[in-house]
This record gives sequence, C-alpha cells and structure tokens, in this order.
Amino acid sequence: MPKETVGKTFFVAFAVCVVFSVLVSGAAVYLRPVQELNKLLDKKRNILTAAGLYQPGADIDALFGRIEARLVDLRTGAYVDGVDASTYDQRDAARDPQRSVEISAAVDRAGLKRRAAQAAVYLVRDGGRVTKVILPVHGKGLWSTMYGFIALDAGDVNTIRGLVFYEHGETPGLGGEVDNPAWQSLWDGKRAYGSDGEVRIALIKGQVDASRPGAVHQVDGLSGATITSRGVDGMLQYWLSQNGFGVYLNRLRSEGVS
Amino acid sequence: MGKAKETLLDPILNNNPIALQILGICSALAVTSKMETAVTMCLAVIFVLVFSNGAVSLIRRHIPSSIRIIVQMTIIASLVILVDQFLRAYAFDISKQLSVFVGLIITNCIVMGRAEAYAMQNGVGMSMLDGLGNGLGYSFILLVVGLVRELFGSGKFFGMEVLSLVGDGGWYQPNGLMLLPPSAFFLIGAIIWVLRSLRPEQIEEEGH
Repeated sequence: MPKETVGKTFFVAFAVCVVFSVLVSGAAVYLRPVQELNKLLDKKRNILTAAGLYQPGADIDALFGRIEARLVDLRTGAYVDGVDASTYDQRDAARDPQRSVEISAAVDRAGLKRRAAQAAVYLVRDGGRVTKVILPVHGKGLWSTMYGFIALDAGDVNTIRGLVFYEHGETPGLGGEVDNPAWQSLWDGKRAYGSDGEVRIALIKGQVDASRPGAVHQVDGLSGATITSRGVDGMLQYWLSQNGFGVYLNRLRSEGVS
Repeated sequence: MGKAKETLLDPILNNNPIALQILGICSALAVTSKMETAVTMCLAVIFVLVFSNGAVSLIRRHIPSSIRIIVQMTIIASLVILVDQFLRAYAFDISKQLSVFVGLIITNCIVMGRAEAYAMQNGVGMSMLDGLGNGLGYSFILLVVGLVRELFGSGKFFGMEVLSLVGDGGWYQPNGLMLLPPSAFFLIGAIIWVLRSLRPEQIEEEGH
C-alpha cells in the first residue's frame, strides 16, 4: 500500500474532481443544443396531446401548423401583437423583474411567488375556426414545479378538454401518475367554472361520484400522492382565477375567440 | 487468454451479479416492463461498469485508503451523468420513460461492488473485462425478465404486437401482474431456481 500523506490525499481528491468535472461539463455543454431541441419538440407534442391532435409517430411540426401561438397580457386579458409568441420564453420572463409580477401570498395557490406578465397561449384551428384554447400552467408539486398545458373548449371557454404535463419531477408511480393516460382522460368534459363565474374545478380525495350534481367540476385525486394532487389543484385554482388567465378567458367569452 | 475468458463469461451464469451475488435488483424491477427500456438500461450499466472499473483500476495504486470510497463514487457518478446527458440528447423519449432510474445506476450495488472487489486489485484490461462480464450477467437477467414481462403483460416484443390482445379484437387476455414491478421479483426468483438446478454448487449451505 502506498505511503499515505495528507498532501497526497488532497492532491488525488483535487485531481479526480478536476478531471471528471471537465468531462461532465464538457458533455453537458456540447450536448445542450440537441437536448434543447428535444425539449422543444416534446413541448410541442404535449400541446398537441392537450389539444387531442397527437398520434404516435405523427410529424409534430406538420401537425403544429394548425396551432397559432398568441401572446396575452395577463392583467388586461388582451392579445399583445408585434411579438413572436412561438419563441416567447415564459420562464425567462418570470425571472426578469421588468417582465414579471410578484404574487401575494394570499392568492399564491400554486406556490410560484412570481409569474410572467405575459403568457403564450395556443389556439387550435379546425378549418379556420378556433376549436380549442390551450393555456400553459405550472405549479408546485411535491418534489418539483410541474409544467403543463390545459386545453379549454373554445365554444364555452369553460369545458376542459385535456390536461398534460410536459415537465415534472414527481415520484414515479405516485405523483408521476399525472402522466397516466387513464387519469388524464378524466379531465375531458369537466367544467372549470360554475354558473357564477367562480373557479369550481377541484381534485378530490378518492373517486368522483358521477351521480352527484357537483361531479362535473370534480376529478379523482391521485392515490398515494396527496401533495401532488393538492399541487395540481392549487395550480388550476390560481391560473384559472382573475390573477391568472381569468381576465383573458372572460374576454374570450364576451368578445368571442378570434 | 484463459483468465480473460473466465473473467468475461463467469458472471453470466456461474457468478451472476443478480442471481448469485444478489446485487442490483431494484433497477431490474423498474425498467423491465418493456424490452426497449430494459435494453437501454443494460447498455447504460455496461458502459458505466466497463469505464468505472477501467478508471478505478488505472489509478488504483494512487488512491489513498481514506478517500477510496468517495473517489470511486465520484468516478461512477460522473460516468452516470455522462450516460444520462447522452440519452437526453439522442434518445429523449426513452430517457423520459427511464426517468430517475438512469441516475439510480449510481446507487446500483453492482457498480460499486465490482470497483471495490475487483478493480482495486487488478489491472486495467482485466478490470474492464470484469466490468463487461458483470454487465452482461446483469443484462442476461434483465433481458429474460423484460422478455417475459412485455410478452405476457402486453403481448408485445419491442413494442411490436406478437400476441393479439382481447382489447384489440384478438384472443390474448394480458396478464396484468406482469406489468407490475413485483412480477420481476417472482421471475428473478424463478431464474435463480433454474440456475441453481443447473449449477447446484451455487446453492448456499443450510443455516447460511
């Protein structure tokens, strides 16, 4: 066994760290562009899935031609023109004090603290007419911030057509069941708002009793994933409210979807 | 070359890391519901085993005993990160399905076990062969389990339909248990049983 000295120990530790840091960072930097491309494609695929347009093996870019990206000012609910919504980075904007607003603790159901002032929404067209409106939503789960899309029917701007998550770090098999198509299919046909205009959609503990009157506003919670379920619930409570997309959606209902 | 051949082939049947050393079972349960994910995992583990054994062996005479485990850990973790980054770039869909389990290769006892038990005492070439051998032994078990689970659990092989499912108008009622992780446990138990029937020397002594 080699003679051990403190100096040698430090040297070996240092050398190993340097060599492997260079290797790992080199790979990460070199591969980043390809990975970003993959993430973008995956995000598009998720928007298509929320819209109910995606088929496995389909050409994502071709299908995405039916989708129009628009930028919305969340405070006024009006479209922002002159900016390319398809390249808008909402996460980047949320970090920029100039382009984001603070969320007061009382209304911060999604645990976000800050959110961007503008959001990119996606309008799904079928033969020129807008059939669905897709909104980006995100909120704190148990282990991660979950990023997803919710699709609303353009007819009443109330009926939910789908909810998909394209990024999250929840536990596989528990909170990760947000990706289970069986659970995702529960959202189709549920109504986000009540007749009084209040946000009524909620995740409940256990299974929804379809015979009860409020069932159209309820979705089964995830078994063994209480905090993730609360996270999904809080996320929707926030983004569908006046502090999120509420103002925009009210506009759509009164002015019609252009 | 006799020693090399033994080092390479022994871990497949005679000294299988999962079936005899009983290491690395966790990932065997999680990723074997489909052949596609099982194969990717096998390739990832083989890569990590070969190069971690090689790297540890290369510097084995210079690692102070006091930081031995941490140094091995650093090497293994770096290699796993490399694999993870590579998968995210060139096999994005599979990496999403494998989610945390690629990262968990760091905790896979086989990798650390071989680094400590073999690479610290042997030359670079033999260590890499040992890594490859144990990787192949691990892969053998994973591929057998994956084959049975995907075939009887969903009627498919690598995503292609082999047994026509009742749900699609066919005759085969899929075995739901095969899609759940515990089925891998039962299958590994069955494989150990078969292996020890063929090679009775692997059976442990009474009262072990």
